Amino acid sequence: MKSYIPGNFKIDRDADKCIACEVCVRQCSYEVHAYDAEEDAVQADESLCTGCQRCVVFCPTEALGVQPNSNPGSKNQGHWTDNDRKRVLKQAETGGVLLTGMGTDKPYPIYWDNMVLNASQVTNPSIDPLREPMELRTYLGRKPDMLEIESRDTCPSLKTTLAPQLKLEVPILFSAISYGAVSYNVCESMARASKAAGTFWNTGEGGLHKNLHGYGNNTIVQVASGRFGVDKNYLDVAAAVEIKIGQGAKPGIGGHLPGEKVTEPISETRMIPVGTDAISPAPHHDIYSIEDLSQLIYALKEATNYTKPICVKIAAVHNAAAIASGIVRAGADIIAIDGIRGGTGAAPTVIRDNVGIPIELALAAVDQRLRDEGIRNQASIIAAGGFRNSADIVKAIALGADAVYIATSALIAIGCTVCQMCYTGKCPWGITTQQPHLVKRINPDIATERLTNLLRGWALEIKEMLGGMGINAIESLRGNRLHLRGVGLTDTELDILGILPAGR
Amino acid sequence: MRLHRFEKDISGCSLTGFIHQDGKRVTGEDIMKSIACMHDRSNGLGGGFAAYGIYPDFKDHYALHLLFDTMKSKEETEHYLNQNFLIDVEEKIPTRKIPAIKNPPILWRYFLNPKRESREEAGLSEDDFVVQAVMKINSEIDGAFVMSSGKNMGAFKAVGFPEEVGEFYKLEEYKAWTWIAHGRFPTNTPGWWGGAHPFTLLDWSIVHNGEISSYGINKRYLEMFGYKCTLMTDTEVIAYLFDLFLRRHKLSIPLACKILAAPFWSDIERMEPKEQELMQTLRIVYGSGLANGPFAILLGHRGGLVGLNDRVKLRPLVVARKNETVYMSSEESGIREICPDPDEVWAPKAGEPVIAELKNKHVL
Repeated sequence: MKSYIPGNFKIDRDADKCIACEVCVRQCSYEVHAYDAEEDAVQADESLCTGCQRCVVFCPTEALGVQPNSNPGSKNQGHWTDNDRKRVLKQAETGGVLLTGMGTDKPYPIYWDNMVLNASQVTNPSIDPLREPMELRTYLGRKPDMLEIESRDTCPSLKTTLAPQLKLEVPILFSAISYGAVSYNVCESMARASKAAGTFWNTGEGGLHKNLHGYGNNTIVQVASGRFGVDKNYLDVAAAVEIKIGQGAKPGIGGHLPGEKVTEPISETRMIPVGTDAISPAPHHDIYSIEDLSQLIYALKEATNYTKPICVKIAAVHNAAAIASGIVRAGADIIAIDGIRGGTGAAPTVIRDNVGIPIELALAAVDQRLRDEGIRNQASIIAAGGFRNSADIVKAIALGADAVYIATSALIAIGCTVCQMCYTGKCPWGITTQQPHLVKRINPDIATERLTNLLRGWALEIKEMLGGMGINAIESLRGNRLHLRGVGLTDTELDILGILPAGR
Repeated sequence: MRLHRFEKDISGCSLTGFIHQDGKRVTGEDIMKSIACMHDRSNGLGGGFAAYGIYPDFKDHYALHLLFDTMKSKEETEHYLNQNFLIDVEEKIPTRKIPAIKNPPILWRYFLNPKRESREEAGLSEDDFVVQAVMKINSEIDGAFVMSSGKNMGAFKAVGFPEEVGEFYKLEEYKAWTWIAHGRFPTNTPGWWGGAHPFTLLDWSIVHNGEISSYGINKRYLEMFGYKCTLMTDTEVIAYLFDLFLRRHKLSIPLACKILAAPFWSDIERMEPKEQELMQTLRIVYGSGLANGPFAILLGHRGGLVGLNDRVKLRPLVVARKNETVYMSSEESGIREICPDPDEVWAPKAGEPVIAELKNKHVL
C-alpha cells in the first residue's frame, strides 16, 4: 500500500536565473537539491524540504523560491486538514510518536495582542529617555518584607543581610537551551552576549562546556532530571542554579538527546559515554512532592554555601498559581514559568500542541496568588514562552514578571527560520546540530553581536515605552497592571489578567 | 453621595504649609491667605487643610473627623465605634453657612480611645487598631468616610476653593503649630468631599500635587501589607506608604523619602561604599514603594513637616525659612504672602527631602 503524503513545500527554480553553481546542493543539509550531470541542471526533491529557506538566502542569482505547498488540487475536507491526514498516514506507516521542534504553531489566543499600553497626556509629562535617565536595572532573588536599619549616630547602617541577587541591566535573560540541542557556537554566543549586555544565559540541562566556565558570572546552570554535567565545579562557577521541573513545550514529559548527537565534547560536558542516548526522565526521581523539591533546593543552597539564588522552572499548567506558591514556600528564590508557546529542540507534537496554558494567564495568576498570600517579595518571577518583541516584554512586566526568558527570538536573531525541524540534528543554519560542517555556519563573533544588538534594541524600545508612561524605573512598571487595558477580551479573561477593558 | 468611582486622582494643584518649630500655635488665617494667593492653581473642585496642635485638651485621644452622606451611615458607624472604642466627646464639627459650599454632608468628630478588651482581642497595637477601624469604615460602611484619625490634629476638607473651605470650617478659630493646605484642580469628575486633600492616616497627612504613574503597583504592594486603597487616589497610597515605612517598618524619614524618590543607580554608584550598599538595598527591597511620576508633596506629622519632590522634579516646590518657621509652597508667592521677608528661600532639588522638625517637644 502506498500513502500519498505530499511535501509541505514547493520549490520554484527559475531556470533562466539558475547557473547550476550547486550552492543550494551544498547548503541543504536535508539533501533536497542534487545536481543532475546528464541534464546539467539542479533538481529538487520537494518531499524532503523543511522550508528552512537556507537555499533561497544563499542562491547567488536569486533563482530559488520556497513556498508552502497549499496542495490546491486536494478537495476541501473541512474538519480534516491536509496536516491532520498527513499525520495519520505517517503514524499508520511507522507506528511511532510524531516529533517536532520549536513552540506550538497552533493558533491559541495570544493575549499580548489583546492588551494595549498606556501613555501620558497633559496631566503627567512623558519622559524622554534620550534626555533623562531611564532605568532598567533589575535584581532577581529573594527579598525580605522589610529592612532593619540601625541608626547609631547619624549614619544609618543595614542590619538585614540581603539574600543573593542576580543583577540584570536589561530585564531579559536567555532561556535554557542545552549544549547538545544546540551547537557549541550558539552557547558561546549567548554567553558572550550575556556578558556584554549585563544579563544571563542558561545552560539548559546539557552541562557547561569547560571553555565557557569563564562566563560563569553570567551563567545560570540547570539541574534537570537527568542531572547531566552536574558536579561541584559546575555549581561553583555559576551565578545561579535552576532546577528544571518542566518546560512549556512539553509539560509532564522528559527529554531525549539521541546518541548520534552525543559527540566527544558533548559526552565530556554531559558526563556520559560517547554515542549513548541522554535521557532525562519525566520527573526527577528524587522529587515526588513539594517537600522533596524543598530538599533539593536546600541541598543546592548548601552546596553553594547560600551564595547563589536558586531558581525553579515549571511549565505553565492549570494549577500553576498554587504550585508556584508551594515552590516559594519550599525556598526557591526565583520562579521561572514557561508558557504553552515555549520552544523546544524536540518534543512529541501532540504534547507540544495540547498541554499547558498561555504564559499571560499563568503569569497573571501566579503574581496575584503570591500577592494574596503576601509572599510575592520572597521570590522573583521570570516569564517565558514565546516573547516576540519588546512590547510583549513590557506587558509581561506590567502583569507582574520581574524579567523574561527569551530563546526562540534569540535563535531567530542568529538565523533560525522556525522551520521546526530542530530534532533532526541537521539544522542548515548551524544552530541545532552537532555536525562540524554545519556548526561552522554560526560565527560566534557575528552571532554575539547580533544577540547583543537585539537586547540593545529591545532595551531602547522598553525605555521609550516606559518614558511614554511617565515612568523612569522599571520597578514602577512591574506588576503595575493599570498601565494595561484589554481589547476584545471576555470578562473572565480580564478578571484573570487583572486588567480593565480599554475605555474604562 | 459617592456617585463617581475614583479610578485614579488625576489633578494639578496648589499646596502650601508651614511649621513653627518652636511650637508656637497660630490661627488658620495665615494658611488661608497663603493658599488663596495661588487661587488659579485650583478650580473649585476640592480644598482642604490639616492642622497639628488644635486639640490640646484632648491630646491623648484619637480625634476622628468623619463625614457622612446619610443619618443611616452615621448610625452604622457609631454603632461600630461604640462597640470598639470609648468615646469621650462627640460633636458636630463647627461650620458656617456660606454660599460657595453647597450640600455639605454630616460632619462629626469623635474623641476616643480603643477599648482595651477589643484591642487585645484583635491582638493589635492602639495605632494598628485605629488603622483597622479607618480601613473598615472607609471600605465597608457605605456613605461614611474618615477625614482624619490622629491625635491633637485634624483634617478639614470639602468641595470648593480652599479659601472657601477654610471659611466654611471656621479655621480662624483653631490654633496649630503646623498647617498644611491644598487646592485641587482635578481633571476627572468632581463632587465627593472625601476626594479632596489632605489624605490622612493616624497623624500622617499628605497634600499632593501630581500624578503617581506607579500607582498600580504601589497599591498592589500596599495590599500585601493589609492596606485597602478604598479611595482609588494616588495620594492615598503615598499616605499609606509613609505609614508602612515610618510606623510599621520603623525607617527614618530620610530613608522613607529615599524609597519614594529613589536616587538613580548612576548616583548610587558614586556613593561611599556603606551608603551605596544601603541605598542599593533599599531600592532592591522597596522598589514597589517607589513613587514614580510627577509629584510635590507635603507630609505633616505630629513631630514635623516634610516636603518632597519626585526624582526628576516634575512639579514645583519652594521652601523658605524665617527664624523658627519653615514654609513650603508650590509657589514663592504663597510664602511671601504671609512672610514677606524670609531669611532664605530655595527650591529643593529633585528627590531631596526638606525635613523640618518640631524642636519644642513640650507641646506634644
